[in-house]
Amino acid sequence: MTTASAQAGWRFRKPSVIPGFGLTLGFSLVYLTLIILIPLSGLAWRSASLGWIDFWAIATDRRTVNALKISFGTALAAALINVVFGTIVAWVLVRYPFPGRRIVDAMVDLPFALPTAVAGIALTSLYAPKGWVGSLLAPLGMKIAYTPAGIVVALVFIGLPFVVRTVQPIIEEIDKEVEEAAATLGATRWQTITRVLFPGLAPAIVTGFALAFARGVGEYGSVIFIAGNLPNVSEIAPLLIVIRLEEFNYPAATAIAAIMLVISFAMLLVINLLQAWSRKRYG
Amino acid sequence: MQVRVENVRKEFDTFPALHDVSLDIRSGELIALLGPSGSGKTTLLRLIAGLEQPTIGKIFFGDDDASERSIRERNVGFVFQHYALFRHMTVADNIGFGLKVRPSATRPPAEEIRRRASTLLDLVQLSGLEKRYPAQLSGGQRQRVALARAMAIEPKVLLLDEPFGALDAQVRRELRRWLREIHDATGHTTVFVTHDQEEALELADRVVVMSQGRIEQVGTADEVYDQPNSPFVYGFIGDSSSLPVKVEDGQVWLTDRPIGLAAPDAPAGPATLFFRPHDVELLDECAGCLAGTVASSRRVAGTKRVELEIGGHRERVEIELPVDHPAAQKSRIAFRPRKWKVFPSAAE
Repeated sequence: MTTASAQAGWRFRKPSVIPGFGLTLGFSLVYLTLIILIPLSGLAWRSASLGWIDFWAIATDRRTVNALKISFGTALAAALINVVFGTIVAWVLVRYPFPGRRIVDAMVDLPFALPTAVAGIALTSLYAPKGWVGSLLAPLGMKIAYTPAGIVVALVFIGLPFVVRTVQPIIEEIDKEVEEAAATLGATRWQTITRVLFPGLAPAIVTGFALAFARGVGEYGSVIFIAGNLPNVSEIAPLLIVIRLEEFNYPAATAIAAIMLVISFAMLLVINLLQAWSRKRYG
Repeated sequence: MQVRVENVRKEFDTFPALHDVSLDIRSGELIALLGPSGSGKTTLLRLIAGLEQPTIGKIFFGDDDASERSIRERNVGFVFQHYALFRHMTVADNIGFGLKVRPSATRPPAEEIRRRASTLLDLVQLSGLEKRYPAQLSGGQRQRVALARAMAIEPKVLLLDEPFGALDAQVRRELRRWLREIHDATGHTTVFVTHDQEEALELADRVVVMSQGRIEQVGTADEVYDQPNSPFVYGFIGDSSSLPVKVEDGQVWLTDRPIGLAAPDAPAGPATLFFRPHDVELLDECAGCLAGTVASSRRVAGTKRVELEIGGHRERVEIELPVDHPAAQKSRIAFRPRKWKVFPSAAE
């Protein structure tokens, strides 16, 4: 049965009662080509002009590898943190009426709107060894600003709304009856959350994770202020690209960009497949 | 398990949903809570389940005061109108859920849970669908799974909230008969809520008719149909016609003349006469009867239903005639109800 529906999904869509299929599909293709495909193929073209040996030399350069590790590692850590706390924030915002809820709800969007450089400077001044938070952590031997931990802090800040805004509508949709059913069947609150509610939220949480992660990998503005940008320690890949550009080393810049692109695309593809699988399963 | 509801009052904020309701449900009984929307029937069911707490009053399961117990401890099987199945679990996992969440001391082994789920699926006639997900089932099948899930925990009481409300007419009828069979086979004390009187009368041992947060009448299908004890029940259960009349000298009067119905026990004064449209006696001449001119006539299944204008105020009542009755527009028909009841107007 599932294979049959999968096959049907691949069949070319016939024009239906809803008109405009040809027009909108044509528009979408042209638009995607202009906005995404042409710039990306330009990128591929430029890095391809390098030749394999040079490309490989750049790709395996210690500084490049470390920058990529830092970029993807911190983005992953930040996205994981955001998934946990973003889901809790979304839950609180939906489920509990409390004074000032509207204001908190609006505040969640601030990282969307704030120029990232402003966020970066603000966070740096907070977490620097002499800042409000940093001065509290310094006696404990914890250094946040100018380390990879600082990058994670900045990415958590940037990524939070992605998780909250994707999970929130799904929590709003949860049927209260399902929780009541679990309770009448003898489930404790914890069992209801882990066995009934969480699996229903999982696809949205995965989406939020993917968005926060993708945003984190590409983030530049807020990170460069707090990271300290020490090569091999706290230098992110986007910054390395900019450095290469400033050196007029365009092939190296495009090569690093192409590697980032491939890794990001592969990860997002996996996440999308995961979601398609869970959607098919749970309807 | 016998269930006793004692003087329960329930307020939502300050709006009273139930006023001082008392009800005894016998062990093994199949009982229907019947009423229009807003009558408090679902609230009463949820109070029994423990999904709501009464503002005043108590609910007993046997001799045990259930008001003290949380919903988890009450061990009731609840079936929701919209199934409330767990979408991400297979049918078998849905049914086994109530057993799987038990503390390990009382939890049956996995193999036993699987077997129990399979037995229950046989009972609800869905054998072989263990591996399906709820999204792959029809509405009627989902409701059967919901019922199997509720029965898996061996509940003391089975509570069903408009269980067939979201299904189409044919499936409803089928499931109704099937629920009766299951009840007879398992013997659970069962309470179900419905706004469909046909369903309540056909299925239940006793029917609880509710209106505006109060219980109007409790009785078997025959009792509530043949001996309605309030104007509301008369109007709500089955078809009825009503006519404003007055009672004087033990006789029922329509404005200025008696209509040949003796009501020796009814208090004098303005009243409302109720009768069933199909339970009337047609008369040729009229000395002390009801008579009116035909205002409209329609064919309903095996009979003809005419609307008559009666008396100086041209009150309209409906009666049923044989299909071949020659009544035409404006023709005059005289009749007398065979079974009827007058309620003093103040009671309404």
